[in-house]
Amino acid sequence: MEKFIVKYFNLIRTIIAVLIGVVISILIIFIISKNPGYSLKTFFLGPLLTKGRFGDFIEQASPIILCGLAIAIPFQAEQFNIGAEGALFIGAAVGTAFAVSTHMPTILHITSVLLVAGITGAIWGFIPGFLKAKWKTDELVISLMMNYVAYFLGLYLINYYFRDKSAGFLVSYQLPKTAWLAQFIPGMRIHVGVIISFVIAILTYYFLYHTTKGYEIRVTGINKNFAKFGGINVFMVIVISQVIGGFLAGLGGMTEVMGLHRRFNWQMSPGYGWDGVVVAIIGRNNPIFIIFAALFLSYLRTGGQVLNLLSDIPSEMVIAIKSIIILLITAEAFLEKFKYRITIREAKRREALDESDS
Amino acid sequence: MNPILKSILSPKFVFATIRVMTPILYPAIGVAITALAGSINIALEGIMLMSAFTGVMVSAYTGNLLISLIAGVAAGVGMGAILGYFHLKLKADIIIAAIALNMFASGITIFLLYLFAHDKGTSSSLKSLVFPSFQIPILKDIPILGPMLSGHNILTYFVFVAVIAFYYLIYKTPLGLRIRAVGQNPDAAKSVGINVDRIRFYSLLLSGFFGSFGGLYLAMGYVSWFSRDMTAGRGFIAIAASSLGNNLPLGTFLGSLLFGLVNAFAIFIAPLKIPSEFIQSIPYVTTVIVLAIYSINKSRKVKKEIE
Amino acid sequence: METILSLKNIVKVYPNGVVANKGINIDVEKNTIHAIVGENGAGKSTLMKIIFGEETPQEGEIYYKGKRVHIKNSLEAIAMGIGMIHQHLMLAPELTVAENLILGTEPVKWKLFLDKKKIMEKTESACKSFGFEVPLNKKVKDLPVGTKQRIEILKVLIRNAELIILDEPTSVLTPQETEVLFKSLRELKAKGKTIIFISHKLKEVKQIADRVTIIRDGKDIATEDANKLSEHQIAELMVGREISFERIEKPKSIGEPLLRVENLHYVNDENIHILKDISFEVRRGEILGMAGVEGNGQTELVEILTGLRAATSGRILIKGTEITNLSPREIREKKVAHIPEDRMENGVAEKSSIEENIIVDRYYKKPFSKNSFLNWKYIGNHTTKLIKDFNILAQSSKTPISALSGGNIQKVVVARELSSDPELIIADQPTRGIDVGSEEMVHALLKEARDRGIAVFLVSADLDEILKVATRILVIYNGKIVAEFENNESITQEKLGPYMLGVTTKEEGSTNKPLSTEQKEV
Repeated sequence: MEKFIVKYFNLIRTIIAVLIGVVISILIIFIISKNPGYSLKTFFLGPLLTKGRFGDFIEQASPIILCGLAIAIPFQAEQFNIGAEGALFIGAAVGTAFAVSTHMPTILHITSVLLVAGITGAIWGFIPGFLKAKWKTDELVISLMMNYVAYFLGLYLINYYFRDKSAGFLVSYQLPKTAWLAQFIPGMRIHVGVIISFVIAILTYYFLYHTTKGYEIRVTGINKNFAKFGGINVFMVIVISQVIGGFLAGLGGMTEVMGLHRRFNWQMSPGYGWDGVVVAIIGRNNPIFIIFAALFLSYLRTGGQVLNLLSDIPSEMVIAIKSIIILLITAEAFLEKFKYRITIREAKRREALDESDS
Repeated sequence: MNPILKSILSPKFVFATIRVMTPILYPAIGVAITALAGSINIALEGIMLMSAFTGVMVSAYTGNLLISLIAGVAAGVGMGAILGYFHLKLKADIIIAAIALNMFASGITIFLLYLFAHDKGTSSSLKSLVFPSFQIPILKDIPILGPMLSGHNILTYFVFVAVIAFYYLIYKTPLGLRIRAVGQNPDAAKSVGINVDRIRFYSLLLSGFFGSFGGLYLAMGYVSWFSRDMTAGRGFIAIAASSLGNNLPLGTFLGSLLFGLVNAFAIFIAPLKIPSEFIQSIPYVTTVIVLAIYSINKSRKVKKEIE
Repeated sequence: METILSLKNIVKVYPNGVVANKGINIDVEKNTIHAIVGENGAGKSTLMKIIFGEETPQEGEIYYKGKRVHIKNSLEAIAMGIGMIHQHLMLAPELTVAENLILGTEPVKWKLFLDKKKIMEKTESACKSFGFEVPLNKKVKDLPVGTKQRIEILKVLIRNAELIILDEPTSVLTPQETEVLFKSLRELKAKGKTIIFISHKLKEVKQIADRVTIIRDGKDIATEDANKLSEHQIAELMVGREISFERIEKPKSIGEPLLRVENLHYVNDENIHILKDISFEVRRGEILGMAGVEGNGQTELVEILTGLRAATSGRILIKGTEITNLSPREIREKKVAHIPEDRMENGVAEKSSIEENIIVDRYYKKPFSKNSFLNWKYIGNHTTKLIKDFNILAQSSKTPISALSGGNIQKVVVARELSSDPELIIADQPTRGIDVGSEEMVHALLKEARDRGIAVFLVSADLDEILKVATRILVIYNGKIVAEFENNESITQEKLGPYMLGVTTKEEGSTNKPLSTEQKEV
């Protein structure tokens, strides 16, 4: 039993952290809601209650997965690039501009639009990456600033050049049908982009753990000096990890536009990039765990939206809960005393065994 | 172009610069202190949001400025304490914990804003107080200097006191000496019996203290309401400002002044009918450029000729 | 003789499960110099940390001056009169000497502010009464190592330490500077202080210590008067078996030069001229040992040779091909292996598995990977074989490095470097901080590589190692090569010492003209 706890300690601790978050949400709902029973049911079961909501729950995981990967890959190389939010916004903006301005057959159109969005995001990742690799500029602050720049530039592009004046709101022209990602399940908003994100997550897993480039990224993250000493081109790793991250974030934004909204209609930052940070941390930068963490987060998101709609509790409660969960997960010493006591008992038991052997 | 150039070269521009610099310098002092202690606090963004919100809410419900001030500062120090607890006691990564706290502050302030003001955007439906501004007698009548330096909010005048306090703290007190020692070589501090974690905890509390004034100023001086995410990245620009100044008092002041200048400049060229999105992006683009130049300079060294 | 410190049955378990102290009993008598010796990983450092309050034991009792004490932190230890001088000097670089000295016990005026006048008074009077002169107003970072150590000692004395612990103090000193230190220690003893001296340099232990305690594998093996045990006996007690101190056999044949360094210069970012006109060569089948106190340019030299740092001018050639300023990978492709000075910082990725550490220089080659896909099965088998061949104590190829002891970690490093089929091995302090058993194995492997015709360049601050293993010896001082000798019985520590300190130069040392048999310009 004790051996089991020591080995799977991290997983157990993650689950406990999530449970604490859930308990706190229950408490908040109880305190605030005029109808706690209804609110609880809405929040925890909302996403499952109707076909549409379930579709939302699955669909919303898609951009979160891609942004989670976008954060996790630089994190694996120890690069704190949190520019996924900006990369997804500007990637989607430029991609929309491209989609609306060009005419091609469907498969070509979809591929090229996604590429344009991805490359734009890649550029957004390249800037902090290159500055860090070449001149040791702090990629955290640069990528943060780039998020704001992306937001303003993206808005400028859409609002001044691609605004659909016939629509009531500040939105772009609708994307031509050839650039739509099909929603293939009737009654649900699940589109091809969702499949794309799941597939990319699995590919990323193989990339990180079974390819030479992935190995280089991980080793650089564990010990940059060792990587350099062993011959790895650390400069390239720092740049490429952030370029790939930006590319994936760009895809994350564009797939949302192409599959769900069919036009660029974000006047505020959608927040998937920040969710990406959360799932990267919860999932410990492992793409497979990130899938589950993203589903968890999209469940929370959807539940919160339903809650917001049907009851008196604002959806921002979910943001607060998410942050508490991260805090607990990143606290390495959370429950550490407990683990230490068990470790001592284990060690003593081992020593006694060794002595009785010899 | 001419009237705009004139306005930039006028005392009004300096006045605006000082005004705009205030909510950058306060958090910059906070970042600097923690950076000197080796445990940099990037949660000033969230700290300012919490203190801004707390100040506005408490002032709306108590009508008492002093109590609001105390509440706002308590909120900021409290956030610093939470970050300290999670990083120092529970061994959380300080960057990730700070990101979580920023997220938390953003979420909880909007959440509570809606609950209390029934609006997710601003608190303007509530009657919150404002810190007073002062015209300084005699100074206000001096040409050029008067319009530059008189008429500021009390919290702006106080930021200068804060910087001086920062200077005295770091160079003239035992705590400041220990903070610097802990940041330079924590093992050295440990070897003389200094509790490194405790010093870092104090630095985080102090950063919450100084940062909270920035938040209070934003919602109760700069403007007179709380709006969602109103810090708009100032907590992060503060990081750039203090690192430009090597986290030392004079440098942090100059760094913040630089970003204040840029922000004021963006405001003053508005009449040029440049799209607002461009203007709003100027401070952030500038930060990127300035930081890039700073690191390029730092990594370039002149090599002596070899004999 | 009264006992000032008594440790009874000290047990310490670390959070990662390692039992560092397994019931240690030691009595230290007042007014003696008591040495504690043991291999690395034996538990000496942990024991000292417990005495100084940096760690708490799970079981056991500590008696200080006859009374039972619980030392919860360093502050309490200091208050009791215990002072510790760590192996890695603990000073804040940007603060002045005076500030470092009073750190933690700062005199204040008006309750809030530092009393600069009192600080100067206190530090000046301490300098006078203990006879240590140090530049009080200079920033520590600008001072040389010997001065920094004196500051450390003064730091401890100014806090009224009666029991002073020194952890491997001579690892950064030349033989002459060590003499100065020992003189100070004897004077402190005369003043009534008690000194605990941790070392693995048995010669020094015999020189300075009154009593010796040997620690092995977490247990105290013996405590005895120092003059009752020979170095050899002490070493055997440390290791538990017979060990050899003999020089290894001369190589049977030496081939042509493989590595040639010509007029190498290096000026660093602070414009300090670190390497000055370095020229030498390493031939196939020989071990060229570079002796020198750490900090005379060896680190930078090795980094330049292995592509981790750019030279300012000069040439490096392997088999006639220039490799100056090539990347680490390109240099490794030229069949150069590198055992780094700091294995934890450069030689391994601690959180990774053994196999992930082994493949860092070969993962991109077949059959370790094909078309960018790693072949984990092959990698696992390859690693398992190396674990067997090099006698590495580990559960499997997937065991993380963090679970291994220092000696085994170094074996992983050596296993990787030697299995890369090199023609040149650059070994930088390869046996630093590892147990005698692993050290022997490393020396045996270097000798075996040498006998197979590989050129070996050994950089070491351990003169015993150089004298044991090297075919030829270079001495580096202040960035210059100041001596070159064929290694034979006539070369001793005393002979090399003056060169290492820069007391003797090539010109002055002409009575024992180096390399008298060859006309080569050194």
